[in-house]
Amino acid sequence: MTTIDLKKSTIRELNEKLQGGSPGKKFIVNNTVGKHALSVGLTKEIDVEINGHVGYYCAGMNQEASIKINGNAGPGLAENMMSGEVRVTGNASQYAGATAHGGLLIIEGDASSRCGISMKGMNIIVGGNIGHMSAFMAQSGNLVVCGDAGDALGDSIYETKIFVRGKVKSLGTDCVEKEMKKEHKDELAKLLEMAKMNYSVDEFRRYGSARKLYNFDIDQVDDY
Amino acid sequence: MCGIVGLFIKNSKLESQLGALVAPMLSEMTERGPDSAGMAVYRDPNERGCKITVLTQQVDFDWANFEKSVSTNFSVNKFFVNQNHAVLSLGSSINEVEDWLQSNWAELSVTSAGSNIEIFKGKGNPSDFIEQFDIKSMTGTHALGHTRMATESAITTEHSHPFSTGQDLCLVHNGSLSNHNRLRETLRRVGVQFKTDNDSEVAAGYLSWRLSEGDDLDEALNHAIEDLDGFYTFAIGTKDGFAVMRDPIGCKPAIMAETDDWAAMSSEYRAIATLPGAENARIWEPEPTQIYSWKRS
Repeated sequence: MTTIDLKKSTIRELNEKLQGGSPGKKFIVNNTVGKHALSVGLTKEIDVEINGHVGYYCAGMNQEASIKINGNAGPGLAENMMSGEVRVTGNASQYAGATAHGGLLIIEGDASSRCGISMKGMNIIVGGNIGHMSAFMAQSGNLVVCGDAGDALGDSIYETKIFVRGKVKSLGTDCVEKEMKKEHKDELAKLLEMAKMNYSVDEFRRYGSARKLYNFDIDQVDDY
Repeated sequence: MCGIVGLFIKNSKLESQLGALVAPMLSEMTERGPDSAGMAVYRDPNERGCKITVLTQQVDFDWANFEKSVSTNFSVNKFFVNQNHAVLSLGSSINEVEDWLQSNWAELSVTSAGSNIEIFKGKGNPSDFIEQFDIKSMTGTHALGHTRMATESAITTEHSHPFSTGQDLCLVHNGSLSNHNRLRETLRRVGVQFKTDNDSEVAAGYLSWRLSEGDDLDEALNHAIEDLDGFYTFAIGTKDGFAVMRDPIGCKPAIMAETDDWAAMSSEYRAIATLPGAENARIWEPEPTQIYSWKRS
């Protein structure tokens, strides 16, 4: 186990150490004080535990690594993640998990606006609420919200599945409520288990694309 | 991009350390705004009269001569110079002093007017600003600071924030307004005066105008949501505290934190992290269009 103190190490030194870590290694990062771009570009199966709040773009482009943040995260958490797992014990700011292709992002608290914007295969599980314009143009993967969702959820969504346990303030264009079939309940149960969130799948509703924006339709012109 | 910091002291024992607490916050926001910096400090109320901060653009301005001229015309409670600014605590009304300044010292511009507020600003790196103006030694009840990365108008001291929006009121802004040119013309027609072509000054002028029309601060900010087009996180300093509001899209960042000793806001957590007890503070992100305010009770 290696401990890195950001009072003594620069962010570049931290990321170089983490990127060079061999699979199975464990790292602890202390004294983060809201610094940017911590633990980014990791490609190996290592464990990173970050103690404290982090700033912009933490865990960006993550592959294989498992990163736990004991605190809150600033904007752009796990942006463009490919695989692995990122867990935040507090809240996450804007556009968490944006454009991410894979992996698991768990936010135990609330996520702010634009969570999962243009996500492309990642699974996001939020313990609390999410802000407005979440899952905008989301293409695939799952967004699970154990609390409430803000305005314009899933606007112009493609094939991401959204599960919300609480209230949805409003749905975006072309996003509709959909039937919860057995296959969806099974998938949701698996995700909740992975995130260690103890809720019954029956408490959730599913939302997804009405697929009316896939092809140009003159009658829908106001919605484009 | 710009950086905003605000600090409101709840535990009066910390008032003597206001500057020492807020200076590292401002310094932490240097990367967000390396072009210029400014600070509004609320302290030493002059209730029997007014307190006005003036700014000169002249390098060799004769402050001694100015002070003499002030003291022959007004009863002076306090007069001090800080770099190219001077703070005048006088026994007359704001209107009397401003009219006199306009007629006799037109080369000076007024950066703030009220009973508690003092506004200092300057172009250049925020750390130089902190050193030159000796921000760390300042005492007071609350302060609002800004670091500017200019995107739409020139880098000068007058383009720097905070902007005065009325008595004991000031505005700092992170973002950009897209309808400021037309709005400036509209406001000029109703008598609002502007010193620069800066978009944030238009927001300040807009709020001043709404307040002069009888709005309270919350009403003025709610009108601003309707009439201002663009991105903004605003922090507004008032005599008793400060208020924070983000635009309806919530594009520009803001974070707030509170402990038993202080309440703070900033563009990023790393500025708040410099405060004592920040690691255990209650921390949250302000919702779009919601007005958050702290007031001395």
